[in-house]
Amino acid sequence: MKFLFDKDTWQEIYSSIRKNKLRTGITIIGVMWGIFLLVVLLGAARGVENNFNKMFGDFATNSVFVWAQSTSKPFKGFQEGKGITLKMSDLDAINREIKGLEFVVPRHQGSALAIHNFKTGNFGIFGDYPTLDKVQKKNLVYGRFINDNDIKERRKICVIDEEIYKQLFDKDEYPIGTYIKLNSINYQIVGMFKNGQVGTGGPQGGIHIPFTTFQQVYNRGNSVGWFMITGKPEYDIKQIEADVKLLLRNLHKVHPQDERAFGSFNLGEAFGKFMGFLLGMQFLTWFVGIATLIAGVFAIGNILLITVKERTKEIGIRRALGAKPWEIKRQIILESVFLTTIAGALGIIFGGLVLMLIDATIGSGPEAVLNNPTVDIPVVLIATAALIVFGTLIGMIPAQTAVSIRPIEALREE
Amino acid sequence: MIEFKKLHKSYPIGKKDSLHVLKGLDLKINEGEFVSIMGSSGSGKSTLLNIVGLLDTHDEGEYILNGQKIEKLDEKKAAILRNKFLGFVFQSFNLIGYKTALENVALPLYYKGIGRKERQETALSYLDKVGLKDWAKHLPNELSGGQKQRVAIARALVANPKVVLADEPTGALDSTTTDNVMDLLKDINDEGMTVFVITHEEEVAEQTDRIVRLKDGVIISDEITATGKLKGKYV
Repeated sequence: MKFLFDKDTWQEIYSSIRKNKLRTGITIIGVMWGIFLLVVLLGAARGVENNFNKMFGDFATNSVFVWAQSTSKPFKGFQEGKGITLKMSDLDAINREIKGLEFVVPRHQGSALAIHNFKTGNFGIFGDYPTLDKVQKKNLVYGRFINDNDIKERRKICVIDEEIYKQLFDKDEYPIGTYIKLNSINYQIVGMFKNGQVGTGGPQGGIHIPFTTFQQVYNRGNSVGWFMITGKPEYDIKQIEADVKLLLRNLHKVHPQDERAFGSFNLGEAFGKFMGFLLGMQFLTWFVGIATLIAGVFAIGNILLITVKERTKEIGIRRALGAKPWEIKRQIILESVFLTTIAGALGIIFGGLVLMLIDATIGSGPEAVLNNPTVDIPVVLIATAALIVFGTLIGMIPAQTAVSIRPIEALREE
Repeated sequence: MIEFKKLHKSYPIGKKDSLHVLKGLDLKINEGEFVSIMGSSGSGKSTLLNIVGLLDTHDEGEYILNGQKIEKLDEKKAAILRNKFLGFVFQSFNLIGYKTALENVALPLYYKGIGRKERQETALSYLDKVGLKDWAKHLPNELSGGQKQRVAIARALVANPKVVLADEPTGALDSTTTDNVMDLLKDINDEGMTVFVITHEEEVAEQTDRIVRLKDGVIISDEITATGKLKGKYV
């Protein structure tokens, strides 16, 4: 290994590279392109993933939403088209009968005209339990979320999101403790939260008031608008969805095969699909990146092979002067490794720069397409190591060609 | 120094036939001799040089170089022996184009494993010896044919070999530079170096001490020249 630290070894490589600027440049571009693509693609994939995580980050992803519709089959003397209303007693039944549940959150929703001072707006209004915060994490900027006392005392309080604050309040106004009028009733604001980015998976944001207050104010008796159900991670959310719906059909005297009586949206399933898509994308990225890399390395091997042919005579001279076959071989292998390493480093640098550029332009803020696109250092190091290994392996082909030509034949070549 | 006993060499042609190039050569060259091998093309002189130069192997017979019987050489051993015992001078100079005269001369020392500084110094002294010290930093394509061949001779000498093998050293030169190069070879020989020249030019051969004539793979004559007799080496 001593030759690696020998100035002369590198001088030999330097002069051989300097002699062949064009081919060296083209070779380097080939491999650089491969690792550049790998870095940028991985970064972009990570960006999409980050973006997606950000969107769904506030949600428990192993969850399903269930709401009531109307029957589509006659059953037990009822005509089809019977309207169904979910009740608080269903909550107890679900909690009692279904296994593997984490939370069951009953919710109501409606819309309200909100007035604060002279500003007005129409927003979604939700009746909620404190547990909602567990299922759909609220990033509170000020104050608190609904608590048990609010529920017990049917308090007229509300928690609003940042968008509503922006529309109803002046800049720098502190919202907590102030009142807003929702459909002619005053509510005190106790908390303000920042919205996640999710577009799918049920309504989000809006104004949250205690569930019991909603029931009372909007005259909903003991009914429930819909359930948000989350399963424990080890349980299959699709099974829970099916079980809950079957239970509800039973409780509400609906035909067991009436698929349309209860509607549901399985966030876990949607999330799983998306995760699968992400996984596929990552696989594709690796596949394309590595394939490009291999193509680049083969280009190096190919060009070195041509070089060896070009330098047959020179190699012959060197051998006549006493170069041992191994000395010729290692020179060519080292050249290959050196070129691939340089090219790999350049590719990583350029890839990194492009990722920085993406990050600076479309990488942050609420509108970000690719959120914080990055590549892990270990991944980069592994790619570089793989590159060096490939470089060595591919360098062996021309190196072997170089020493397999007998010096006498090499010298004879004009 | 160099000794052949019943040396045979043939090259395969196609699958069945073979061309018998050297047909049992017997030759002995002592240390300090200045010998030329003469012969027309196809006489086997190049093959002989390749075998002497360890660039090729013989089929039958014995080849003894510096008291060492040459047989079953692998490339590594051959490379070491070449580096140690042999200096090559080629018709087409065979300098490495992207290296300066000095670097070209220093190359055998690199393969001998000699340190950089010592290499440079030794190479420069040999360039000085062939009168090209001022051209040390020039690339081969900036030198004339005669200068190139002198650089090649310096390179052949730099590792302090036992024998200098010159394959048509003047083949690509005009008559004046031919004389220069031959004078240089003579000087080297006068210092005690064994010089082995292969040529087909009578004038070149006449300047050596001993002419061995080859024809169709056999030695047809082996004579001491006038200059050789003058030196009194051969009594």
